[in-house]
Amino acid sequence: MTKQNKNIADSPILNVRNIKKYFPIKGGVFKRTIGHLKAVDDISLSINKGETLGIVGESGSGKSTLGRVILKLIDATEGSILYKDTNITSMKRNQFRPYRRNMQMVFQDPFGSLNSKMSVAELVEEPLLVQTSLSKKERQEKAIEFIEKVGLRAEDRLKYPHEFSGGQRQRISIARALITNPEFIVCDEPVSALDISIQAQVLNLMKDLQEELGLTYLFIAHDLSVVKHISDRVAVMYLGKIVEIAPTSTLFKEPAHPYTQALLASIPTLNKKKTDEPTVKLKGDIPSPANPPSGCAFRTRCPFAHERCEKETPVLATQGVQHEVACHLLDGQDDVPIATKSDPTLKKISKA
Amino acid sequence: MLKPNITKNTEVSSNQKHNQSPFKLARKRFLRNKLAIAGIAVLILFILAALFAPLLTQHDPTKGDLMLIEKPPSSEHLLGTDSSGRDNFARLIYGARISLTVGFSAMLFTLLIGVITGALAGYYGGKVDNLIMRAADLMLALPFLVLALTIIAILEKVTVGIFVAVIAITSWPTLTRIVRGAFLSLREQEFILGARAIGATDIRIIFKHFIPNAIGPIIVNATLLMATMIIVESALSFIGMGIPQPTPTWGNMISEAQNIRILRDHPEAWVPPGLAILLTVLAINFIGDGLRDTFDPKSNRR
Ligand SMILES: Nc1ncnc2c1ncn2[C@@H]1O[C@H](COP(=O)(O)OP(=O)(O)O)[C@@H](O)[C@H]1O
Ligand code: SF4
Ligand SMILES: [Mg+2]
Repeated sequence: MTKQNKNIADSPILNVRNIKKYFPIKGGVFKRTIGHLKAVDDISLSINKGETLGIVGESGSGKSTLGRVILKLIDATEGSILYKDTNITSMKRNQFRPYRRNMQMVFQDPFGSLNSKMSVAELVEEPLLVQTSLSKKERQEKAIEFIEKVGLRAEDRLKYPHEFSGGQRQRISIARALITNPEFIVCDEPVSALDISIQAQVLNLMKDLQEELGLTYLFIAHDLSVVKHISDRVAVMYLGKIVEIAPTSTLFKEPAHPYTQALLASIPTLNKKKTDEPTVKLKGDIPSPANPPSGCAFRTRCPFAHERCEKETPVLATQGVQHEVACHLLDGQDDVPIATKSDPTLKKISKA
Repeated sequence: MLKPNITKNTEVSSNQKHNQSPFKLARKRFLRNKLAIAGIAVLILFILAALFAPLLTQHDPTKGDLMLIEKPPSSEHLLGTDSSGRDNFARLIYGARISLTVGFSAMLFTLLIGVITGALAGYYGGKVDNLIMRAADLMLALPFLVLALTIIAILEKVTVGIFVAVIAITSWPTLTRIVRGAFLSLREQEFILGARAIGATDIRIIFKHFIPNAIGPIIVNATLLMATMIIVESALSFIGMGIPQPTPTWGNMISEAQNIRILRDHPEAWVPPGLAILLTVLAINFIGDGLRDTFDPKSNRR
C-alpha cells in the first residue's frame, strides 16, 4: 500500500530551522565547561500535515535529542522551531503547556516509559487530567475509548504495567499519547525494543491510527527497514547532522550518500536477489560526538573518503525532487581517488 | 518430568489476574517476613501499653513519695520505687509514651525536612542542589551529639517539642542524601520525561511520579531513623541532657543506674527500661529490614 493517495498539502505543521543542541562537557577541578558534545548540529527540516518523516541513524547520532528538542523537553542551544507558524522556541513552560496536547511523544523503552506505580487507567487519563477540565466520568469514558482503540480490553484499565508484555505496554503509551487528540507525534523508536513479530503489529496499529486520526509523525528508528513502510520521507542522520533526506521510495531506490548505501546494505532481507554489486560496508564504530572528525564526519568510515572530505564539511545540496544529500562526491568538483574509481558502487553514486 | 515449582508458577500467574497494584504486591511480600511481623507485634504491644498506661497502673509516674525511696518490688510497687520514691512500673509504661512519641515525631520531622530538601535538590539540580547539599555537608561535618548537646546546653528548659526539633534539625542530611540520590536516578527515566511531555506541573511530577517510585528507600530509612531517635533520646537522657526529670522516659530511668548502689542492688529499676529500649529498637530494625526486602527488587526473585 503506497501513501501516494494521501493528501499531503504544502502546509508544514512543523518547521525546524538550524537547530543545534550542544551538551556542555564538564571537567577539571571546578567542573568548568571544557567542550561541547554536538548531539544535534544544525538540523533543518519541515513536516507537512498528515505526513510521516522517518529519522534513521545509528545509536548516538542524536535522534532522541532532536525529538526532545522539538517537543521542548530540552532547550535548543540555537535555532528555531515553528509549530504551524507559531515560534515556540523561546516559549516559557507555562506558555507552552497548552501546546502539549497537540504535540505528543511515544518513547522507546516499554519498561521505563510508564510509571510502574500507576494503573493503566491513571496512566491513560493523566494527560486529560493535566490538559483538560473534563470530569472524572468523561475522562474514564475517553480512556476506555482509547484503550480499546489501541487493541487492549476495557478491563485492562485496572491493571498495572508489570502485568503487560512489551508490545502491550507500547500500546498503553500510544493510548496515552493520543488521548488529547494531538496532531503531531514524535515516535522515538517505539518498536525497537520489541520482538520482530510484535514490531509489525505495533507498526500497523500506528499506521491505522494515523489514517483514522489524521496524525503527523516524526518517526525515529535506527533501522531503515522499520521506517520503510511507515514513512513518506526519510532523513538519515549521522553524528548530529542530516546527511541525506528523500522521499522513501527514492531513498530506497537511489540512495546517494555512502552512509545511506551502507545502511541499506546492512538490512537483512529474505527476498533480495543476489547481485554482484559490491555493497558499501560500514567499518568501525560511530566516532564520539564529543570529538567528531573534521570535515565530513563520516570520513573515518567512508570507503570514498578523499582529501577534500577532511578539510571541508559537505552541506546538503539538492539532488533530485525533494532529495538532498551532503557529500562531496556529488557536486562533480572532485578528483575521485583512483582506488575507488573502479568501484561500481561509485558509478551509481555519480549517476544519481 | 514434573517439577515441584511448576505448580508454584501457575499460582503466581493466576494471582496476577487479580489486578494487583505494586503496593499490594509489596504488602504481600512483607507479610511473608516472620521477623518483621514479630517486630510489629512487639511494637504494637508497647504502643498499647503506652496508650492504656492509666489503666495499667494507679500510680502517678511523676509524683514521688519521700517515705518510699528505693523500695524493692512489692505487690503495690511491681518494680519497686526509684531514688525519688516514684513507682518504677508506672514510669516504665508512661515512659513508653514519651520514648515512642519522641522517636516517632523526631522521625516524622526529620522525614519532612529530609524529603523536602532531598526532593528539591534532586528535582531542580543546579544552584538549588548546590545550596542544599553544601548545607547538608556542613551539618554532617559537625558531630551530631556535640551539636545536639550544645544546642540543649544553651537552651534553658528542654521540652519534648524542643528536643524533637533539635534531633530533627541535626539529623536531616542523611535522609536528604538518600532522597536526592533516588530522585537523581529516577530523573533519567523515560516516564519522567513522559510526564513532562504531557505538560504535568512540577508538583505533580514530584508527588505522583518521583515520590511513589522512591518510597522504598524513604520508608526503610525513616523506620531505621526512628530506632536511632529512640536511642538518641535515651543516651541524652542518660547523661542528663535529654528530657528533664520528673518526666518519665526510659533514658531517665536508666540514668538512675549511675548510682552504683542502685546499679548493684536494684536491677529491677534499670533492667526493664534497658530491655524496653533494646526490644523496641530491635523490633523497629526487624521491621526496617523486612521493608527493605520488600522494596528491594532483588528480593523479588527469592
Ligand atoms: N542529557 C545529556 N547530556 C549529555 N549528553 C547527552 C545527553 N543526552 C544525550 N547525550 C549525548 O548526545 C548524543 C546523542 O544522543 P541521542 O540523541 O540519545 O542519540 P540517539 O537517540 O540517536 O541514540 C549521545 O552521544 C549522547 O551521549
Ligand atoms: S564527503 Fe567524503 S567522506 Fe563524506 S560521505 Fe562523501 S565521500 Fe565520504
Ligand atoms: Mg535514542
